[in-house]
Amino acid sequence: MRPQDETELAAAVAEAAAAGTGLRIRGGGTRSALGYAVEGEVLETGGLSGITLYEPGALTLVAQAGTPMAEIEAALAAEGQQLPFEPMDHRGIFGTTGEPTIGGVVAANVSGPRRIQAGACRDSAIGVRFVDGRGVVLKNGGRVMKNVTGYDLVKLMAGAHGTLGVLSEVSFKVLPMAETTGLVTLKGLTPEAAVGAMSRALGSPFDVSGAAHVPGPGSVTMIRVEGFEGAIRYRSATLRDLLADFGAAEVSLEPAENAAAWRAVRDADAVAGGGGDLWRLSVRPSDAPKVLAALQAEAALLDWGGGLIWARLPEGRDARPALEGVGGHATLVRASDATKARLGVFHPEPAPLARISAGLRAQFDPRGILNPGRMG
Amino acid sequence: MEMPAPDAGILARKAAIVAGLQALLPADAVISDPMETRAYECDALTAYRCPPLAAVLPSSTEEVAAVLKFCHEQGVPVVPRGSGTSLAGGALPTADSVILGVARLNRVLETDYADRVIRVQTGRTNLSVTGAVEEDGFFYAPDPSSQLACAIAGNIAMNSGGAHCLKYGVTTNNLLGVTLVTMQGEVVEIGGAHLDAAGYDLLGLLCGSEGQLGVVTEASLRILRKPEGARPVLMGFDSSEVAGACVSDIIQAGVLPVAMEFMDKLCIRVCEDFAHAGYPDTEALLIVEVEGSDAEIDEQLAKILEIARRHNPAELRESKSAEESALIWKGRKSAFGAMGQINDYMCLDGTIPVSQLPFVLRRISEMSEEYGLQVGNVFHAGDGNMHPLILFDANKPGDLELCEAFGAEILKLCVEVGGCLTGEHGVGIEKRDLMLVQYTPEDIESQLRVKDVFDPKWLLNPAKVFPLSSTESRRSAAVADAA
Repeated sequence: MRPQDETELAAAVAEAAAAGTGLRIRGGGTRSALGYAVEGEVLETGGLSGITLYEPGALTLVAQAGTPMAEIEAALAAEGQQLPFEPMDHRGIFGTTGEPTIGGVVAANVSGPRRIQAGACRDSAIGVRFVDGRGVVLKNGGRVMKNVTGYDLVKLMAGAHGTLGVLSEVSFKVLPMAETTGLVTLKGLTPEAAVGAMSRALGSPFDVSGAAHVPGPGSVTMIRVEGFEGAIRYRSATLRDLLADFGAAEVSLEPAENAAAWRAVRDADAVAGGGGDLWRLSVRPSDAPKVLAALQAEAALLDWGGGLIWARLPEGRDARPALEGVGGHATLVRASDATKARLGVFHPEPAPLARISAGLRAQFDPRGILNPGRMG
Repeated sequence: MEMPAPDAGILARKAAIVAGLQALLPADAVISDPMETRAYECDALTAYRCPPLAAVLPSSTEEVAAVLKFCHEQGVPVVPRGSGTSLAGGALPTADSVILGVARLNRVLETDYADRVIRVQTGRTNLSVTGAVEEDGFFYAPDPSSQLACAIAGNIAMNSGGAHCLKYGVTTNNLLGVTLVTMQGEVVEIGGAHLDAAGYDLLGLLCGSEGQLGVVTEASLRILRKPEGARPVLMGFDSSEVAGACVSDIIQAGVLPVAMEFMDKLCIRVCEDFAHAGYPDTEALLIVEVEGSDAEIDEQLAKILEIARRHNPAELRESKSAEESALIWKGRKSAFGAMGQINDYMCLDGTIPVSQLPFVLRRISEMSEEYGLQVGNVFHAGDGNMHPLILFDANKPGDLELCEAFGAEILKLCVEVGGCLTGEHGVGIEKRDLMLVQYTPEDIESQLRVKDVFDPKWLLNPAKVFPLSSTESRRSAAVADAA
């Protein structure tokens, strides 16, 4: 099924609800491997495409859910603006082809390195329109960046993987693209030292917008600042001095080189290749070295100052024991269906939360037809 | 504003309910004397008052859980209360409800600069969160005008904003984790010191749910390092339209000021008389503030001033000293207080797309003539969050009602141009009956179903946020169930 507008989408869902047919919601299909495999009739959102409204002077963009990311990024770039949360492109780790859509980004709450400074996808999302599991068109939020009118279902829909509704339109607060990017690089740090350095940088007044570390022999630690050229020259140099006791840092203001470096972090290039299972862990940054040591990963990447750990583990090995005694959660991003079934893709929820989640699902999708089983 | 009639059965059982609460809490934590419960009869929306059945002041999460479990079993409505600074009536009780105040939960539990997070009990005031970390150079970003008094619990319930959210976001963007007590008395941890809690975004759902889904007793909040410096610039313009266009141009030029505040002629005059901030006598005033080192501030202000000059400002003044900066902000921050000294007023909170600013200001001034009530405008221009202040005379019969009708018209206008009813104050009872202007009955129903999941008996702050007509069947089912 490939509805061409919201009304057709609602009709398609209503029909599936009446028949009890499961729907596999598909945007560009580049992230279909997130979560558990879904059985059901394919419902494509690609027919709902196009930017509905873009007001650069109000920092607002509204687009239909099936709009390709490339189209949105190009429209924003033409006005010197960008999506603040720097969404990851999953084609690298999944080896998928096709065009990622904005709806897929929201459904999976996809963010990137700038999450640490500008917030996640859910923080920039200010409005949604969606079709619930009954086939009813609903809206929440709107196109203004300050809105506390009623419950915030925008956040609830972001990261729900389509299990609470099929997105038809999404609105964002966007931000100016920085004039200059500064990259401060330290080499050869241990994970402990790297997290210490990143933490000191993030605790500085310099608005650090990226802090990542690729561990291993020849490890690299990268700190990013963005802004007007004068400020970035000053901030990069001051950060280098601030981090002097961690080693001699290099500073680069070279646009292409810096963009490539952060694209590699964003798309988790350091762990993308090779076999094995891919895990994504969200932890308190200072716990990262301990967790990393316990993981014994084949390849790893720390982003968000250590708060995000990407780890490639031998097939079938559980990452969650590494979180024992510390907070946070682990998601099994890439693995065989058998491993996903055995270890669980999403972090187990305590009973009261699991009950609330199941209750919400029953309210928004009483027949259980929206991406059934995607989140377990 | 109408409130539901209290349940006679609950009123009749008052003695037993109070005794039950006294069995759970220390003697001084249960207030039931009618003279004393009057302290909880209203919040900052003082036009509406009703003493509660009782008020309780628990000192721990366990005590909160015990109270909620008991009220759940007894079928007694509970109205959570932070510091009672809601402008929307969010903490207004009904006569059959128990006020659950979190004021005694005010400790800092953990401060972690390496991970940039502070864990506090939620009765702590907003400003004292920053107070706990500022000596070490950090701050908590959301800064509602009531920050001296308002509690983090209320900030979370209303998803409070402030003057600096163009850069730092509102409460929901700075909240990492909570301890939630459900109406059934279960204690649940969501999120923590890490980013992006697992599963559905329940943290995002709770924030701004106006105390209807649970009571938050502890919160992990993101703290940030203070910028090296900040400096405001004052701009006066001959018309609001030009000021609005200037705001838009600054944003589009890629400069992201930390704050952009707008005041119209009436507010400028009143604030100037009050604070002697040296405001120019113009139709419209902008305060634009940027942050960074001195050189960085110079770089940003140079771009901003260049844009402003293209709009022929009547006045353009960069602050030259910390004292001058403080004075400029003193004028703005005293706007509500200064206005209150000269008149009764109602403060609205609608948000509009920034591009609609000139049109909406013109319509408000036309409506002001039609209703015969003066309006002052002061607001966060960068994010379109307006605060029209409608002046009225509380002693003149019918003036409050006229003012409310005018206010409703302004909020409808905000929705018509693509905005919303409330940007940071919350719906409470104040905007409850206007929800159908912004949302369809189906949209409302989808939100009611969320409350059904968390609070199936509809006992938590039940008469708020949604039109009473759309929640009546659920609320009366709960009453019948209790009987």
